[in-house]
Amino acid sequence: MTREEIIAEINAELAEEFEIDEAAITPDAPIYQTLELDSLSLVDLIGIVQTKYGVLISKAELPTIKTFAQLYDYIEQHQK
Amino acid sequence: MNRVVITGMGIWSCIGTSLDEVRDALYGGKSGIIFSQERKDAGFRSALVGNVPKVDLKPYVPRNLRNFMPEEAQYGYIATKQALDNAGIDEDFLATHEVGIIYGNDSVAEATMQSLDKFRQANSTVACGSGAIFQSMNSNITMNLACLFKLRGINLTASAACASGSQSIGLGAMLIAQGLQECVICGGAEENNMYGIASFDGIQAFSIRESEPEKASRPFDAGRDGLVPSGGGATVILESYEHAVKRGANIIAEIVGWGFSGNGDHISTPNVEGPARSLELCLRNSGVDPKQIGYINAHATSTVIGDRREAQAIAQLFGQRTVPVTSTKSQTGHEMWMAGASEIIYSTLMMKNDFIAGNINFEKPDEETACLNVLPETKETHFDMFLSNSFGFGGTNSTLIVKNV
Repeated sequence: MTREEIIAEINAELAEEFEIDEAAITPDAPIYQTLELDSLSLVDLIGIVQTKYGVLISKAELPTIKTFAQLYDYIEQHQK
Repeated sequence: MNRVVITGMGIWSCIGTSLDEVRDALYGGKSGIIFSQERKDAGFRSALVGNVPKVDLKPYVPRNLRNFMPEEAQYGYIATKQALDNAGIDEDFLATHEVGIIYGNDSVAEATMQSLDKFRQANSTVACGSGAIFQSMNSNITMNLACLFKLRGINLTASAACASGSQSIGLGAMLIAQGLQECVICGGAEENNMYGIASFDGIQAFSIRESEPEKASRPFDAGRDGLVPSGGGATVILESYEHAVKRGANIIAEIVGWGFSGNGDHISTPNVEGPARSLELCLRNSGVDPKQIGYINAHATSTVIGDRREAQAIAQLFGQRTVPVTSTKSQTGHEMWMAGASEIIYSTLMMKNDFIAGNINFEKPDEETACLNVLPETKETHFDMFLSNSFGFGGTNSTLIVKNV
């Protein structure tokens, strides 16, 4: 998938799953605040990425993903 | 011992989603049963089901908390919200008083199936989702409601098959009577999706009168051919009489006694002796003479054997064709884990509004149910005390007596 395709797909998926306005998802927006993630719902983000792209975000690398742009980067680099 | 009173009720069922709506449906003999093409297409032998509206909790519960709630917890939440409002109990009260919860539930099929399907499809446990562990536990209703309503008292799920709702009220009443709790939220909820009862359909326990859904549930009638599954949620707020008076609550009714028993017999076929002991213990614990009971809300689910055994048990304690008896399952179908609680609400609504809802579809008894005085049509009458039976798989029996206040 191209980066643009990933962005379009993951944004729509995240907006639906976390019940937020898709317009709030911008490359520089903070993921945790935008999706209102807590220690449990964070698992749903990881699950979506794994199910959609076969990419398991490792625990060690999780803290490095703070914005949506960084999430797109991670998926793009690790997708199979 | 403290007196135990009901100060609030809430209901979400196939015959209504408010107390007023349910009262009118009971009076009017409305059936909540429909034919489900989805179930037929999926391979059900009987595609009859209670038409329970889905709950939209988005206005009340944020996504991250709703994520822990399977269907039955959603029904439990909306019924409990109604009941707390009805009781005049708000967030401030809950924050300053130790309120408990005992709620009936005995299945978590759909939520468990969905999360495990995701797990097997993705070969990853993460795919189950963050809510799956909570959704797949039988205590999901009490764990969710205790957190959402900030309850700090007893927190317990009663799993006693189709007697779960009744047992939860009996247990709550006992704790209050003994002074261990002042206020306990009690009730029962039942998931109404097809996965919860697919295997129940498999043992051919359901009515197959699919051409006439509204006539399919016919407890005590000679033409009955099985139960109709349903679901939803029902909640009552129990308090000690002193506690209710002190806070100026509207006292609706009083739980005067609870009886219970085990059949110690077959897992699905009931006997007469077990239910009869439950009735007897309830009357004894209540200090009530059978003549004081103005109405019996029977467990009767519309199965051939179950209705017969209950009829014989009632006749053993009350005599032949004496007290008026109906089964509201004729209108609602069998609400299973919820039934023991919803039927306390149905009967209380009748008692407070001076009528007994007719046992719809009752045309004539068979030779063993003829011992009862079954009312086929709604009757306007005053009564001040009723008895409600709930029996379940494994031979678990529960009986409650409720008095007008």
